[in-house]
Amino acid sequence: MEKHWRSLDEYKNGPDLSEDQSGESAHKNAVLDLLDSKVVDAAGSRRDFLKLFGFSVATAAVVSSCEKPVQKAIPYVIKPEEVTPGKASYYATTFFDGTEYGSILVKVRDGRPIKIEGNQQSPVSRGGTSARIQASVLNLYDEARYKAPAVDGQEVSWEELDALVMERLDEGGRTVMVTPTIISPSTREVIRQFLLKYPEAQWIRYDEVSASGIREAHRSVFGEPVIPGYHFDRAAYILSFDADFLGTWIAPVEFARDYAFTRSVDPGQPVMSKHVQVEQGMSMTGSNADQRIPVTPREMQLMMGNIYNQVAAATGNPSVSSLPSVTPVEGIVQDLLANRGTSLVVCGSNDPDLQKLVAGINYMLGNYGTTLDLDRTIQLKQGDDREVAALFDALERGEVDNLLMANVNPAYSSREAGDAIKKAGFTLYMGASINETGNLCGVVCPDHHYLEAWGDAEPVAGSYSLQQPCIHPLFNSRAYQDSLIKWAGRDRTYEDLVKYIWTSQIAPPAEREDENWWTRTLQAGYFESGPSGTRSPSFQPPEVRIDPVESAWTLTLYPPVGLNDGRHGNNPWLHELPDPVSKVCWDNYLSVSPADAEENGWQDEMVVLLNNTELPLVIQPGQAKGTISLALGYGRTVAGKVGEGVGVNAFPYVTWRNGQRVYTNERVSLELTSGTYPIARTQTHHSMEGRPIVREASLEAYREDPNAGNHFHLEAEAHHQTLYPEAKFDGYHWGLAIDLNRCTGCNNCVVSCIAENNVATVGKEEVKNRRIMHWMRIDRYYSDDPENPRVFHQPVMCQHCDNAPCENVCPVSATMHSNEGLNQVAYVRCIGTKYCINNCPYRVRRFNWFKYVNNEEFNFNQNSDLSRLVLNPDVTVRERGVVEKCSLCVQRIQEKKMEAKLENRELVDGEIQPACVQSCPSGALVFGNLNDPDSKVSRMKQNERNYYLLEQLHTLPSVGYLTKIRNTALNMEPEDHSGHNEHGS
Amino acid sequence: MYNTEVRGPLILGNKSLGRITTDITAPLYERPKFWWMVGLGISSIMMLLGFWAIYVTIATGIGTWGVNNTVGWGWAIINFVWWIGIGHAGTAFSIFLLILRQEWRSSINRAAEAMTVVAVGCAAIFPALHMGRIWDAFFILPYPNTRGPLWVNYNSPLFWDFIAISAYLLISASFWYLGMIPDFATIRDNTTSKVKKAVYGFFAMGWRGSVGEWKRYEGLSYILGGIAAVLVVSVHSIVSTDFAVSVEPGWHTTIFPPYFVVGAIFSGFAMVMTLMILLRRIYKLEDFVTDAHLDKVAKILVFVSLIMGSAYLTEIFVAWYSGNEYEIFTFFHNRITGEFTIQFWAMFIFNAIVPQLMWFRKIRSNLLVVFIISILINIGMWFERFNIVVTSLSKDYLPSAWASYSPTFVEVAVYLGTLGIFIFGVLLFFKYIPMIAISEVKAVNKFQVKKGKSEK
Repeated sequence: MEKHWRSLDEYKNGPDLSEDQSGESAHKNAVLDLLDSKVVDAAGSRRDFLKLFGFSVATAAVVSSCEKPVQKAIPYVIKPEEVTPGKASYYATTFFDGTEYGSILVKVRDGRPIKIEGNQQSPVSRGGTSARIQASVLNLYDEARYKAPAVDGQEVSWEELDALVMERLDEGGRTVMVTPTIISPSTREVIRQFLLKYPEAQWIRYDEVSASGIREAHRSVFGEPVIPGYHFDRAAYILSFDADFLGTWIAPVEFARDYAFTRSVDPGQPVMSKHVQVEQGMSMTGSNADQRIPVTPREMQLMMGNIYNQVAAATGNPSVSSLPSVTPVEGIVQDLLANRGTSLVVCGSNDPDLQKLVAGINYMLGNYGTTLDLDRTIQLKQGDDREVAALFDALERGEVDNLLMANVNPAYSSREAGDAIKKAGFTLYMGASINETGNLCGVVCPDHHYLEAWGDAEPVAGSYSLQQPCIHPLFNSRAYQDSLIKWAGRDRTYEDLVKYIWTSQIAPPAEREDENWWTRTLQAGYFESGPSGTRSPSFQPPEVRIDPVESAWTLTLYPPVGLNDGRHGNNPWLHELPDPVSKVCWDNYLSVSPADAEENGWQDEMVVLLNNTELPLVIQPGQAKGTISLALGYGRTVAGKVGEGVGVNAFPYVTWRNGQRVYTNERVSLELTSGTYPIARTQTHHSMEGRPIVREASLEAYREDPNAGNHFHLEAEAHHQTLYPEAKFDGYHWGLAIDLNRCTGCNNCVVSCIAENNVATVGKEEVKNRRIMHWMRIDRYYSDDPENPRVFHQPVMCQHCDNAPCENVCPVSATMHSNEGLNQVAYVRCIGTKYCINNCPYRVRRFNWFKYVNNEEFNFNQNSDLSRLVLNPDVTVRERGVVEKCSLCVQRIQEKKMEAKLENRELVDGEIQPACVQSCPSGALVFGNLNDPDSKVSRMKQNERNYYLLEQLHTLPSVGYLTKIRNTALNMEPEDHSGHNEHGS
Repeated sequence: MYNTEVRGPLILGNKSLGRITTDITAPLYERPKFWWMVGLGISSIMMLLGFWAIYVTIATGIGTWGVNNTVGWGWAIINFVWWIGIGHAGTAFSIFLLILRQEWRSSINRAAEAMTVVAVGCAAIFPALHMGRIWDAFFILPYPNTRGPLWVNYNSPLFWDFIAISAYLLISASFWYLGMIPDFATIRDNTTSKVKKAVYGFFAMGWRGSVGEWKRYEGLSYILGGIAAVLVVSVHSIVSTDFAVSVEPGWHTTIFPPYFVVGAIFSGFAMVMTLMILLRRIYKLEDFVTDAHLDKVAKILVFVSLIMGSAYLTEIFVAWYSGNEYEIFTFFHNRITGEFTIQFWAMFIFNAIVPQLMWFRKIRSNLLVVFIISILINIGMWFERFNIVVTSLSKDYLPSAWASYSPTFVEVAVYLGTLGIFIFGVLLFFKYIPMIAISEVKAVNKFQVKKGKSEK
């Protein structure tokens, strides 16, 4: 080998031994030195010139020899310090869409958010999310957004728009600003400043689904229009009158966490709450109740009146005027009185009279101060229906000159508003997603999506959280707060205002000088300041008269778990999410009771005329006789390609009572038509057929014998035999445990899995053909009497069987077992024979029947560059013809193992969390290392309640279930409440 | 043995050897009959339909079929097993009866073997087509590679299928072709058409009919026959393990290998019966495929139908006796009664009950009835495969996953396409290849000629 000198010095003086002469660094130095012109000049030899020339030519050759220039991956020229391509950053922010709140962490890869997790540290959310929050990341990458400011359909610049608006506002006239509930202190400040400039302007808060009846009731009974904090974790006895508090009522994520706390049964302490649900339709919450009483709204009101009177009699309070109810309530009253201070009565109705009864019952039982909280009140649902009604009247009379609306959709959700809005002189809409209201307005100001925006929130008095952008705004949008600031004639940006408010008002006085407080708080995402003081309520007994009208049919309207009030109407993940109870997706429908169906000769998919709307029927076990239920949130007409024309708009059926919007309607008639309408369901058989699939026991039985309901497990364990050597897992053996007591069936995990694993949306037709791609499903079974069945929810995903039937039969070894216990699929190897699908007794494997990406037949969220930005780069997008299934988020497992390895430490139990585990608000799913006897998942498997699905097949699954324990005797009559007063304190 | 009166003459009509040649090769020299053209036309249309359906399946995806995430196999696999079953005709006829030295097979075996080759070819379309990524089908080949090396999963019945069916196709085709060499030579030597002489001469591979060649021919027949005999049992046993090796209720049963093999022979013989009745009527070959032949086949059908019936009853009994709730549900609530009750009873009646009518000589000798029964048997066998494939998958362990299945037009079109291929192939066979084994029949005829004058 020829000897090279790096410099003339070296030539003269010999090699410099102080540096490492060999290895990569030396080589690099040699190359770099070549480029140093000093060296080139100094050496001046032909050899060096050729080296330099060759180097640059070689570089050019390599670069130009790439066949395809890379178009869509642009590396940083100057890499930001905190960004490492391939490694995610997490930003704490806030989800608040006007209806629902969540404190979240957003996983950002390559400058774009791809996944939402709950913020574990937030005292409000405690790491939980809901299906809607999980799905909201997809709405960021939605084509159906307002992309540029427009006046009368013509695109304008922001300056032009601002000039026009300010001119218009300065002209005077009656100005009304309509926003949803504002829980943001900074936004309140912005609005305050705006109202300073325009003192005659009116600010109305409009909730798509109103809860102002609760505020009105509290104003009447306690003098303060508040929604109290509900503390389900302190309740031993929960009585809910049609409140879907685990589904969509007010703050379901918070409530689910607290509720799950009372439902989990520890072996050492077999105590759990008792949950009684009185309702019309079968809600998700009702499906979890220990005792469910399906009655008409009329009967429910009478029951409430009676309960109130009996409790009042027992506590020495005046009664209200109420007709007697048919259903006996003595047992309930007995339980309530035995749980003074530890009971919680809630009601989902917006009728203030009913809420007054509830407030009164709670007060008389001494629940205010324990399970109800007038200090840390819930700040959501601030809308006042009286104001809203007055606004609509004014609009109708043409009295409103300037109507400014932000992120509300009254044209869709209020029957009265649509035409009335057009009568306003000047209409302006600020919002992110296109909707019916925005399209009626003359001026459209695109707002940021919440992931692009600054902000803050105070969901519960004294609990704050911050909102920060996770991506540069994708379109030409501007935070509506910035618009308002501009029009108020101020100069500051909203971002600065938020920071100012926090550092000067929200921060504790001691920290206001600390420059780092803001950064630390922004990083954590939340801040607790504590309530402002204790209030002792003075109780004004309600004067109500319970005399509900009788009718042949009563219609109940409810916001469904997927679409809620419809504001995320263009989200395909939410449309494809099956209703937790009916398992129907891509449509809304009328739920009818089996008794009514039989009387009238109705069957599923028949079409009835409800007043003047045609709707398909779904027979719903547990639906109260004489009632029909219809989900809100459907029937959007301006939402985007996914949501438009799906289902029927139920909002026109909302009625008014006692000045509030109520969601039951007696003025309905039903008439069968001759048509049928196909319904897409992800599950069509609802009985367990006597098979030990979801095992349950009553609390009493469990106390006597921890193996209650689970004897099959003991039998199966005794019978395990094998010809083959046992599978050994040295190192890690991953397993999952699911506590069926904590699982409420909210389907949040399903959406979380979809977001994490790039699961395709297939549309109604394919769902109907039983080809939904969801890797996880929540099976829902009914047992017993169809008029009031017990309901079971069971999350089912790949069980990662150590003796997997699927692995045996794949001809090309595309599916095999990892040495850590995971059943894997190598997509590149799969030839799609589908033998594994047939041989999986759990039916958890999914086949790619069509090409779902870039296919016009599946025009949801997989066809455009924009919508594909949500894809997780760590997970392959599968090709047509391959089989896929739950991988226990192997990408997360590998990521954390790598982190631990780089940090030279062991993994901590609970550090790795698959998507489903991480976002469950109830903490029902636990993941960990089965080889570690102290891990939470191992301990759950030691629990007597633990069993495996289809364990008699000797599949040896890694997923274990804990039996469901209900706080009731299994053969309980509705009237028999004796001996069921179990409560701990 | 060849001279007994009991069995009767195998070839009727006192035919001379020359006459045999003329009779059997007559169709090759005639102009194509009108019905033959019509048949060819219809089957071509069916084939085109099938090719379109195959194109759609490969280009758009298995989503164009009716299968789903619960019922992952449908018409494709039903038809696969059905065609393989039918394909067992030739092998059973040629080889079982060869080994059992049943001389009477000689007038039927050639047609049966031809049918086998076409049927196995039709069958082989389905396992290839039902793959999601057929362009990667070569993954199933255990070829040496540098990726590990990465081999296939030898535990998987689908791999066994691949080996078994490839072997079966190869052996059947070889046996069929090699058996025809003397006949091609006969045609080559008798024909006046230059084209025919060239083509048949090529395929005759220079056969001269020397004693040495005959000795080798016989030896080869027995060797190939021996291999193929094993294959008859093993191929369909392997196909049955597609189901038996799984955990599905109604599939996981040790009765399947013999059950499938017997069923295959059953449907194969039934198809042979169908074709033979047609063949002899159309080509006036009653002297070669005599009533006695058909009688024997009918008796075999009766016997096998009894076996099928007892197999069904065994399955049902064991399902009940086992006390296994999933098996009981599958048989009693999802086959005998329930959503698929029609398919179950079609299978049972057509396979186990209707053929029993042929106990009666009156029925057995009424060829129209026998013809209908043979078709019903094949329909019944199709329903048997439907029963096995669809009912078990549709409602298995977890009721939440229960789902129905119904075929789409594309699936039905593929099936019609394979029917078209079958009819097309058989029609071509009728026209261009002697449908009765000339040399073998001659060998049998020689011993049947009574003392007396014979026609030259």
